[in-house]
Amino acid sequence: MLMIEDIRFTKEHEWIIIKDGLAVIGISDFAQRELGDIVSIELPRVGSRFGYMQAMAIIDSVKTSSDIYSPLDGEVVEINEELLEHPEWINQSPYESGWIVKMKPSNMQAEEFNSLMTTEQYNKFIGEMKKEKE
Amino acid sequence: MKTPFYDIHKLFGAKMLSFYGWEMPLQYSGIVAEHINTRANVGLFDVSHMGRFEVKGSKAFDCLQTLVTNDISKLNDNQALYSPICHDNGGIIDDLIVYMINRQKFLVVVNASNREKDLEWIVKHSKSAVIENISDKTALLALQGPLAKKVLAKAVIGVNLDQLKPFDIAVTNIFGIECIISRTGYTGEDGFEIFFDSSEIDIWDKLMQVGSRFNIKPAGLGARDTLRLEAGLMLYGNDINENITPLEVPLKWTVKFDKKEFIGKEALLTQQINRKLVGFEILEKRIARHGNEVLMNGQKVGFVTSGSFSPTMKKSIGFCFVPMHVLPNQLIEISIGDKLYKAKVNSTRFYRRK
Repeated sequence: MLMIEDIRFTKEHEWIIIKDGLAVIGISDFAQRELGDIVSIELPRVGSRFGYMQAMAIIDSVKTSSDIYSPLDGEVVEINEELLEHPEWINQSPYESGWIVKMKPSNMQAEEFNSLMTTEQYNKFIGEMKKEKE
Repeated sequence: MKTPFYDIHKLFGAKMLSFYGWEMPLQYSGIVAEHINTRANVGLFDVSHMGRFEVKGSKAFDCLQTLVTNDISKLNDNQALYSPICHDNGGIIDDLIVYMINRQKFLVVVNASNREKDLEWIVKHSKSAVIENISDKTALLALQGPLAKKVLAKAVIGVNLDQLKPFDIAVTNIFGIECIISRTGYTGEDGFEIFFDSSEIDIWDKLMQVGSRFNIKPAGLGARDTLRLEAGLMLYGNDINENITPLEVPLKWTVKFDKKEFIGKEALLTQQINRKLVGFEILEKRIARHGNEVLMNGQKVGFVTSGSFSPTMKKSIGFCFVPMHVLPNQLIEISIGDKLYKAKVNSTRFYRRK
């Protein structure tokens, strides 16, 4: 069983934390700022399976709609249903009450998890994105 | 391109976007907060990206009367009206506001996206009226919301704002600086638009200062879009374009067939109308976007022209084209991504101020 407590990020701005063998997944603070006011979310069903970087949820902000990708191969075991009534929690608290799904990794090796970006790597990644924009 | 207020937007922490080549503020604190503050108090918008032309001389009236579908002969001095301008085939070139200072001097305000096209079109049909593009030497701010009048009363001396009715204009001073004020806007609220020399950017800060006790907040193009959508106002490029005529959208009232002539009259008189623009409310929690298909009984019957979240009603709303037989409250389906969502047909006007 994986026992990694720290956080990793995808290039699509999802975050993932492994806790008690489950992957908790949400979107980064940078992502929620870019999207602006989030007004609805479509969540996957508990029990559905997704492959690495397969679209599994959709977030609508006032300005745009975006897919949320699964950062790993696995099965959805819990969804944050409160977001259906309070999608703004993703803006207000992207790493805590704004979590989106919990997944059971089908076969996640530490290596695979570590291939995602650390906080430091992610900050550098978004720093470069911001520079490109300017 | 940048408006004179570009640095101020940055200073206010705006998230910027490129809008038809213009670096404009999308939002400052957030679209929903700015929208709600404009409905409850007052918002300050930089709309200097819009085109501004003067049309002057003894032929100015004839020139504009031939171009617009609406009737400017009904205007008194210092009044304005909204109108489309059309091609011979009735397709909408742009929608604009004509401000009549007097019979020899008009100001025309057009969409940022159509500045060059419109100028060319107006010059081509000038009938020897004098056309001057004053877009770059002037700035334009919109002060919108139920408390806009109270803010402006602190800034303008010598004009009784209560006597300035909707679409009235006053040539006056703001903080001692020459300006034109009109009681117009694009939000569905009471409000004003203020034209002045582009060097006078301090007017922004001064309005923010006198407005602070009325909770004035700057508002960006994001809120401008959701405000106009709730109010049922058309957005050129989204809801109307050169392939759409005023008779297919809720602009019939702007086409005055009793006018002797205007460009597009013949085509509009004989047009077979087989679609109409309506409002819709999606019954599930998804937002439709421009271009999404509209279906009835599994058949494609139209498309979405605008869609967004309504901060006032907290619902997913928008405009779409449907066949003529579709009635209010009827159910349609909107295709978003690879799914269909049920929606209810509504008037395009979702919001009416009290």
